[in-house]
Amino acid sequence: MKNEKTALTLKHLVVKHGDGCELCNNDESVLERNRCPHCKTIWAARDVSLQVYQGEILGVVGESGSGKSTLMKSLYMDMEPTEGEYFLDCYEQGQKNIFELSMQQKKYVRNYLLGMVYQNPYLGLRMFFSSGANVAEKLIAAGNRNVANMMNQCNRLLSHMEVPVSRVKEPPRNFSGGMQQRVQIAKAIANHPPILFLDEVTTGLDLSVQAKVLDLVKKIQLEYGITMIVVSHDLAVIRMLADRTIVMLDGKIVEEGLTDQIMEDPQHIYTQTLVNSLL
Amino acid sequence: MNKEYNYGFLDEGSKKAIRRALLKAVSIPGYQVPFGSRELPIGRGWGTGGLQITLSILGDDDILKVIDQGSDDSVNAVSIRKFVTACTDVETTTDSEEATVIQSRHRIPETPLRNDQILVLQVPTPEPLRHVEPLESVTRKMHAEMDYSAVWLALYEDIVRVGEIEQGADYPVMVEDRYIMNPSPIPRFDNPKLHMSEALYLFGAGREKKIYAVPPYTKVESLGFEDFPFKIENMEGRKCHLCGAENVFMDEFFDAATGTKMYQCSDSGYCMKRRSEGMNHEE
Repeated sequence: MKNEKTALTLKHLVVKHGDGCELCNNDESVLERNRCPHCKTIWAARDVSLQVYQGEILGVVGESGSGKSTLMKSLYMDMEPTEGEYFLDCYEQGQKNIFELSMQQKKYVRNYLLGMVYQNPYLGLRMFFSSGANVAEKLIAAGNRNVANMMNQCNRLLSHMEVPVSRVKEPPRNFSGGMQQRVQIAKAIANHPPILFLDEVTTGLDLSVQAKVLDLVKKIQLEYGITMIVVSHDLAVIRMLADRTIVMLDGKIVEEGLTDQIMEDPQHIYTQTLVNSLL
Repeated sequence: MNKEYNYGFLDEGSKKAIRRALLKAVSIPGYQVPFGSRELPIGRGWGTGGLQITLSILGDDDILKVIDQGSDDSVNAVSIRKFVTACTDVETTTDSEEATVIQSRHRIPETPLRNDQILVLQVPTPEPLRHVEPLESVTRKMHAEMDYSAVWLALYEDIVRVGEIEQGADYPVMVEDRYIMNPSPIPRFDNPKLHMSEALYLFGAGREKKIYAVPPYTKVESLGFEDFPFKIENMEGRKCHLCGAENVFMDEFFDAATGTKMYQCSDSGYCMKRRSEGMNHEE
């Protein structure tokens, strides 16, 4: 991977909820899992660093509360991190720390360079607007002011995501979970962002629908060459999609490597339990 | 004037606070300035925002006109006019050219306003983002970041659903390329009057506790898409049955007995003036 270009670099991400105290600021061994027993501060992310290469899919696994969503929210700037540096190669040649940008610049990065698919479609979609308008929102945010042009793009995207054109005018609240997720994906990639985040996209969907959504993600990655970070607690999903995988536990990365390697030869005791419980 | 009231009903401190909010509003066109809305002997939602502005800026030399939906004679206009004369010494008029301060609900007078006139508009919903975002803390942030895609989205949704923009009154405008603003529920017909106007426009929302302004010669653009531009209501072919005016905003009357439709100027002061000058339909 060394000769490949990076797309995203995250250095020393720290997210804590609470002020921290002398004990937990200096010595993390006092923490009970990720919580300080003295000052009750939650350390949601502890010194997380990662690199993603262009066109690659990076998998993130870990149990509930391990910091997966905190990581994703920080990357998509839904959450303000306590510390850390974040660089995107497609923004100012990766020279500027995204976390330190002004709100307007952050908004630009979100609207033009990033896409996000949330676990819960209610977070990513406006349930009382038509599906077409939901997809168009990203285009409007990127400055498009031509209705005919936007309608064409939305219809093309949605039919690509196997949402029939006849239902484009319907709001997503009328749709099944799988279909809502496909509308969300269409919205996320409407501007052809170079980087896409997928947060537990298949959780709560039945197996056949899961397979369809995963196929779609794979298809998008091949067609557009989008760099992706995929979060899941489901190892089967990670195995199918991700080239490389990181394993998180209590706000820290405990293991990282090629997906096959992690599945076949897990090193950390937590990863071993995780892989074994799958089989 | 009833001497038991302070001049303008409100105490001097309150009037000063409101005038300070007005100064800020004029300095930042289209920006909603929060203010402490006072209690009045009129219920909130009945024009108290506009009324507080009017009471704070009136002086003895002012001549006041009060409009409700274009009319000088509807209950709301009459009671506000009576209340203001009870607690100030200003004269009132129905002629918009004579007035120095005009308080209005839902209309801007037909006769173009001058630089020495102030139009005070009553506002029910000052926040153009409210229907997409219920939280004030979030909408403030959205204004700060110029995050206005949701306003455009609502217009886009109309086009997707019915093939055109449905919004009739309170059609959102962009002020000086910075803030999206609700112009209060004036018909689209009146929106262009805000653009590069000679007069000062003040907007008061008593229930929502917000004041904002469009100073003279300010750029005010109604939102529109390249292929679905902003359009005003089509008044072509309509003629006032009293004064014969054309190309003004008309009210429509339907006579169920004869089945005929009649049109009449919505701006009653304008209509009355034309008739007293000898213009009527028969001539």
